[in-house]
Amino acid sequence: MDLQTLIYLVVGATFVLYFILAIVARAGTTSEFYVAGKGINPVLNGMATAADWMSAASFISMAGLIAFNGYSASAYLMGWTGGYVLLAMLLAPYLRKFGKFTVPEFIGDRFYSKTARVIAVIALLVISLTYVIGQMKGVGVAFSRFLETSVEVGLFAGMGIVFVYAVLGGMKGITYTQIAQYVIMIFAYTVPAIFISLQLTGHFLPQIGTGAELTDGSNQYLLQKLDMILVDLGFAEYTGTPDLMNTFLLTLALMIGTAGLPHVLVRFFTVPRVRDARKSAGWTLLFIAILYTTAPAVGAMAIWNTLKTVQPGAIGAEEGNLLYEERPQWFKNWETTGLLKFEDKNDDGRIQYYNDNNEEFAAMAEAEYGWEGNELYVDRDIMVLANPEIAKLPNWVIALIAAGGIAAALSTAAGLLLAISSAISHDLLKGVIKPDISEKGELMAGRISMTVAIIIAGYLGLNPPGFAAQVVALAFGLAASSLFPALMMGIFSKRMNKQGAIAGMLAGLTITLLYIFWYKGWFFIPGTNMLPDNADNWLFGINPTSFGAIGAAVNFIVAILVAKMTTPPPAEIQELVEDVRVPRAS
Amino acid sequence: MEHSSNRADYWRANLKVLFGCLVVWFLVSYVFGILLVDTLNQISLGGYPLGFWFAQQGSIFTFVVLIFFYAWRMNAIDKKFGVAED
Repeated sequence: MDLQTLIYLVVGATFVLYFILAIVARAGTTSEFYVAGKGINPVLNGMATAADWMSAASFISMAGLIAFNGYSASAYLMGWTGGYVLLAMLLAPYLRKFGKFTVPEFIGDRFYSKTARVIAVIALLVISLTYVIGQMKGVGVAFSRFLETSVEVGLFAGMGIVFVYAVLGGMKGITYTQIAQYVIMIFAYTVPAIFISLQLTGHFLPQIGTGAELTDGSNQYLLQKLDMILVDLGFAEYTGTPDLMNTFLLTLALMIGTAGLPHVLVRFFTVPRVRDARKSAGWTLLFIAILYTTAPAVGAMAIWNTLKTVQPGAIGAEEGNLLYEERPQWFKNWETTGLLKFEDKNDDGRIQYYNDNNEEFAAMAEAEYGWEGNELYVDRDIMVLANPEIAKLPNWVIALIAAGGIAAALSTAAGLLLAISSAISHDLLKGVIKPDISEKGELMAGRISMTVAIIIAGYLGLNPPGFAAQVVALAFGLAASSLFPALMMGIFSKRMNKQGAIAGMLAGLTITLLYIFWYKGWFFIPGTNMLPDNADNWLFGINPTSFGAIGAAVNFIVAILVAKMTTPPPAEIQELVEDVRVPRAS
Repeated sequence: MEHSSNRADYWRANLKVLFGCLVVWFLVSYVFGILLVDTLNQISLGGYPLGFWFAQQGSIFTFVVLIFFYAWRMNAIDKKFGVAED
């Protein structure tokens, strides 16, 4: 069977599976639509949350980010996992005890204020919409790359599939499809990694293989040799540690942001008990950790394989570089996608890959080696997508990667769309505009707002508003600076009142948006930035991407000061705080 | 009165476990993985420089263990204070 047919079969089979799950698990009540009837087993919820959380970016792009940045990419690894420690201990169990449907609902009730609830809804909508654009684009790209359709067709297909199982199934349908998507995703990710680890180091576990000796007879460690070859080609050391301050702040911003993401938090509303919420957070992180500890191995081994492919011999010797004519088959396959490009700048018919931005090295390489510039462009997404071909794995593994990439994008998109639609139908419509709406009416409103959200997300995915690449910084920065502090203080400070929480959220949001726009342009419109976006201009050297940590600190400080100067919350609210702190009244 | 002091004790016990866990959380990531990374990189764990290992592997493993530990400890505390769910 040829590869294309196989990919269609495997991906098609996964879609059929999602549809069946959606029909079996369709939602009949608002409780099922918003929180899956609070009846999800904690281990299964862990799987669903892991799929909800791990997006197209985690699946496709993260290993490439690590491959090209080495140690510096650690902020993403620690930030996107350490956030679950905060979530498990500071928020999830208490929000589960509160026991209603949405994150803004907690903020509204705890701070006895519709204004607070509306601010939380706005923050949620901005965070989730910016995040979902990338997912829809990811669905389109995954389709077009593997199924050879145009990005538009892929995106419409993705919208159609999400429509069926999210609108019909609500949280209940989404939960069961996410569990299936997790299994597909993790299998697709780890199988190629295991084979590559076996080939390079003889170790079955990629986590061990990365720290092991190469089996090429050199008796040298993979990471050591990687450091050496990178330095010899003018790059920084793979394990080198530049700019520790921004690594620290970015890790903090990503952790706080992760803990404050509404589409993740709401998944912990779906388990039966408080103690299930705690345990479920552990399972979630375990399932995430399987992929997140494999990613550094995929990254290191992929960059090693790339370097050894184009530079099989001594650096500087003519025959040290690969003849373009003799390039391997996977190289040719990926050249047709444009993700891998070669340009013979010095007309020697050989491929030179090195860091020509390193002026000193570039000058030396030109004088001594006759190299006239880096000749190879490698898109970082290739590091995961081309892995099975580089490892010479059978075609079904390639088909699996296609299904895995699409599963990663779909599962996150569905979770975000649910967060968006419940904020509209439950928080805005039922909570503020029309409190007397019937259960049936609210359920219908939920389905309609989900449909509208899918259409908007699809439109934005087709016409990304120029800032798709900046979206991650914005979503995490805003979650860190608005929702996390308000939620945490709502639980841990009985004294925190309406005025403090509102002032804190507004201050955190404003200063974070201002700082990001200041360097990235107002609403990310190119050319409208007030200062160039580089380390010389950043305030105290703080990268706008890392600013969410500062935004969160501003939120805490402003909220505490304002609360000190205003009246304490009423007695029944203090009683509510006492109540969410204990699993069962004693 | 009995009722509220019991709740207060339960909350204090929770905060104690929480604080301990967050100290470990901070140590393995921010201290071992970032602040002391260059020092720890002088030590090797197989082919991994130790600081690098904490940043890309060790901190993540520790986080998983921490959450399960917290869940386990809190279940015991829930029982001790008679606030466990059925």
